[in-house]
Amino acid sequence: MSAAILSLDHATKAFGGLIAVNDLSFSLQDGELLGLIGPNGSGKTTVLNLISGALKPTSGSISLGGSEIAGQPAHKIARLGIARTFQLVRILPSLTAEQNVVAGGVFGHVRGWGVEAHERARALLERVGLGGRGDSPTSSMTYIDQKRLELARALAANPQVLLLDEWLAGLNPSELKIGIDLIRELRNDGISIIMVEHVMDAIRSLCDRCVVMSSGLKIADGDVHRVLADPEVIRAYLGDDHA
Amino acid sequence: MTWLNEKERRIAGFAAIAFGVVALLPLVDQGYYLSISVNIVMYVVLCTAWTLFSGPTHYISLATAAFFGIGTYTVALGIDTVPFPLLLVIAALASGLLACVVGIATLRLSGIYFVIFTLGLAELVRQVVTWLQTNFSSSLGLYVFTDFGEKHIYWMLLGLAAIVYITGWLINRSRLGFAMQIIGNDETVAKHVGIDTARAKVILFIISGAFIGIVGAILAPRFSYVQPPSAFNPMISFQVVIMALLGGTKRIWGPLLGVIPFTILFDQVTAYFPNHTSFVIGIAFMAIVYLLPQGVLGRLEDLGRLRKRFRMVSAEEGNNP
Repeated sequence: MSAAILSLDHATKAFGGLIAVNDLSFSLQDGELLGLIGPNGSGKTTVLNLISGALKPTSGSISLGGSEIAGQPAHKIARLGIARTFQLVRILPSLTAEQNVVAGGVFGHVRGWGVEAHERARALLERVGLGGRGDSPTSSMTYIDQKRLELARALAANPQVLLLDEWLAGLNPSELKIGIDLIRELRNDGISIIMVEHVMDAIRSLCDRCVVMSSGLKIADGDVHRVLADPEVIRAYLGDDHA
Repeated sequence: MTWLNEKERRIAGFAAIAFGVVALLPLVDQGYYLSISVNIVMYVVLCTAWTLFSGPTHYISLATAAFFGIGTYTVALGIDTVPFPLLLVIAALASGLLACVVGIATLRLSGIYFVIFTLGLAELVRQVVTWLQTNFSSSLGLYVFTDFGEKHIYWMLLGLAAIVYITGWLINRSRLGFAMQIIGNDETVAKHVGIDTARAKVILFIISGAFIGIVGAILAPRFSYVQPPSAFNPMISFQVVIMALLGGTKRIWGPLLGVIPFTILFDQVTAYFPNHTSFVIGIAFMAIVYLLPQGVLGRLEDLGRLRKRFRMVSAEEGNNP
């Protein structure tokens, strides 16, 4: 197996007495698409926030390509090559679609500027299915288009690791199919991805491996089909009767 | 990339002509109109410099009087020994340094805490200067005698105004300007695309503060006798906020639209109601907040949008008779 590009080692995050992430360790291999799943409130988004620098871990270590990133500010982590989307889509409303994408490739892992940055942005809009929409105001975009835009912004940084926080949530069945195909293409291009997701079909069809969390703890880690059949995982999701 | 496009060249040409024409004023009048024009240009520079920082970040700074006063005192202390142009540079550096320290300490604060802190800062600097003067100097004020007349001050301010506009325009097309736009939209996104938001804000606060300091320095000869209450007058801070908001802070030329009417109005109010200026200012402020929340600029843009829609509608009607 190839080397780990990102690894968490005993990462813990406590909000006062509430331990949102409890002694979590896992690693992401280079080029892997890892699913991070678990019931609501199990700490998945907090894990992404720890990796992206939105939150500082209370203890433990997180390393990207061998160097420690735990506790660094978000902008430094972004410059090292971690990009993300947000659970509640975050668009820059006063900017055009194209400027939204350019924003991802100016200050971070890629530091482009001028005509070349705009050309890249247009190519990325094309790639996520928004070709020719660069000038449209973002406020009038549909939900899936806003999500595509946010993905294009994350890709503009040419990230080593891409964090998708429920990127497929809220899409209708036909949009879901488009979304899944898009993520599959990204994986085929060799981007290492961690996706937090509730859509099990997507996890099954996309992920190489998945990590399951419940109440801040890792309860399973491994091949998707084997993990989803694990009685412990079924209990966490559906309760004791179904295990 | 070409340095200037067609439209920008036209705007630059127009602005240069406008500046040229305005600069001729002292040749026509040396009395009332020059005097009120000095006030207008002074507030144009102050408000535009204020907007450089507060426009994109939405942080309301009431520290204008602190930077202004530091500029004034730089000149008052050094006028007998240091050449005036060098004093302007020192004033910029001193107020920029203060902005840097204050910025690092407070820009992590948000909203109302920042407003209160900057207000307190201006007062603190004033008290420190007063204390220094009463303890280490024989008099409470300082004389500033120069050969500068009203028209020299006017020309210096105009020159500074041009520099502020060019600086603002350069910032807008730089990475720093783009970063500020993103920060103004969503600071969380800004951090996650790799922007050091604290650093960007401090840099802009320094630029803004330095310009305000230079204005204070240029105005020092006008005071003749500089005392803490006049150099660190909190009214300056409030008026700058009111005028900038009246004009609109979304574009660099927005404050201009507020400064001109407000300065003229304020001049009339002090002439006719000398005892009720605060009262009138208060009412003016409320009127702006209620009637023009986006400033004059916002209203103009609304009108522009309406006209565009009207034209589109009439074009459609033309197509489908």
